[in-house]
Amino acid sequence: MKNTNSLKRSYMINKALTYFFLILGAVIMIFPFLWMILTSSKTVPESMLIPPTFFPKQLMLDNFKEAIASLPFANLYWNTILMVFFRVVCAVLFSSMAGYAFAKLKFRGKNILFGIVLIQMSLPSQIFIIPQYQMVAKMGMANTIFALVFPGLVSAFGVFFLRQAYMSIPDEVGEAAYLDGCNQWQTFYKIMFPLTGTSVAALTIFTAVFAYGDLMWPLVVNSDLKMMTLSSGLSTLRGQFTTNFPVLMAGSLLAMLPMVVLYLIFQRQFVEGIAGTGGK
Amino acid sequence: MNNKLSAAARREENWGWFMVAPTIIGLVVLNLWPFVQTLYASFCEHEGFGHYKFIGLQNYVDMFMNAEFWKATWNTIYFCILTVPVGIALALLIAMLLNANVRFKGGFRTIFFLPLVCAPAAVAMVWRWIFNGEYGILNQILGVKIQWITDPKTAVLAVAIVSVWSSIGYDAVLLLAGLQNIPKSLYEANSIDGAGKVQQFFTITLPMVSPTLFSVLIMRLMASMKIYDLIYMMADETNPALTDMQSLMYLFYRSSFVAGDRGYGSAIVIWTVGLILLVTLVQFQGQKKWVTYDI
Repeated sequence: MKNTNSLKRSYMINKALTYFFLILGAVIMIFPFLWMILTSSKTVPESMLIPPTFFPKQLMLDNFKEAIASLPFANLYWNTILMVFFRVVCAVLFSSMAGYAFAKLKFRGKNILFGIVLIQMSLPSQIFIIPQYQMVAKMGMANTIFALVFPGLVSAFGVFFLRQAYMSIPDEVGEAAYLDGCNQWQTFYKIMFPLTGTSVAALTIFTAVFAYGDLMWPLVVNSDLKMMTLSSGLSTLRGQFTTNFPVLMAGSLLAMLPMVVLYLIFQRQFVEGIAGTGGK
Repeated sequence: MNNKLSAAARREENWGWFMVAPTIIGLVVLNLWPFVQTLYASFCEHEGFGHYKFIGLQNYVDMFMNAEFWKATWNTIYFCILTVPVGIALALLIAMLLNANVRFKGGFRTIFFLPLVCAPAAVAMVWRWIFNGEYGILNQILGVKIQWITDPKTAVLAVAIVSVWSSIGYDAVLLLAGLQNIPKSLYEANSIDGAGKVQQFFTITLPMVSPTLFSVLIMRLMASMKIYDLIYMMADETNPALTDMQSLMYLFYRSSFVAGDRGYGSAIVIWTVGLILLVTLVQFQGQKKWVTYDI
């Protein structure tokens, strides 16, 4: 009797501790976002009060107006959307084709060519940046959307990832389609590609989040403020408003918002997409 | 050779080549050739307009004689020491908490994962405000007056805190998947023996999750060695602690694109890649001692 009571008590203590640490962790994760939102509605003197006030005295959009006035947010959103869109389309299209070929077709040189894919995957992207920038500059394409997309025209990681998806489809599926009179392209396009939906969704999310957060390449290649992405554009605010944190918080919020909204809508797909790809 | 292939096999081969062509051409032009160029450029002086003059090992000699370079190398290693063990330990703790039958598991997962979808530039901006020496909320809460980002003593630590905060949810989700693969029967058999929780952790949980732990470790190490964006955002050129928090990749960026010394920049990036390779190899050697693949 005594024994079960103490067992029950230790179980309760365990539960309580588990929730305590999880909630503590969640508060630490949420707080910076909350503080950003609260600060974005404060006046500058209000943000500098000591001791600080938690809630702003008023709900105001002045800081957002000022952020938009000092940074061409419409351009930044549009550039970011186009960059992400083209990078995703290229990654999905070319990687699906190559992933299918590497997984299902026999051709000479396959192993050597796949070796090139593996080499690219194992090298950090910074090792390519200077020559890539020189190519863009030589083409006269600096400060364009094309320049933003350029390093993402093909994705070695996407090929590797989708190859695995195609390998998990039994060979019989393709053979059946082939016997029904489909040629290789039709087999790929009509039968096999639709079967990789989950993996394509994961690659899409991974590519989008990575491109959206990338900072060094857009900074290097597009120096014209109107051609920057949300990330690189936001970084220019850092020197402009050294002490006006309410405006900086408003700008950060504007830069974060689109992806966070998408994330909250497609939580499961995002978590599984990013974690499931194994990352880079 | 060609004649021996049947018509169908030849068609298949052509399709194969056709379908990998865009990717392979892209990789050769965008990655393989640039890699060779960077390697070559590290032995050259950049004379402007993409013209390079071969100068042998001069860039490497300059680099190894340069105190700022060694400081950046140390900062990068110090950053790894601060972020990798603590980050992975905390991520494992969160994963274990989530793995214990809790309510709102999905909700917690969503919250811990949130920083992953935020651009590092925006995340860093928010933390600059939290860390602010005069009015930052962190100093107010702790009741101290630390110049987190501009004091050479705390600058790397500040970036490390942001980095751990940003990546912990990702590592926890990966580790949670590893934990969920451990058969419940292992714990049940063990608890009959009356083994304590702590002992259970070391005899069952840790060995069973060690392969996942290893892949998270390698990934986190590689990412930490390449740290750039958070430091770029927190250390502007006016920051007095700039050289005290500058990582190798930030030094690479400043040398190549701010100072325009692309040969020297190439040497730095080659050095960094070599260092990453070395650290990874050491880890792959070390894993034999603690990673269990077959139970």
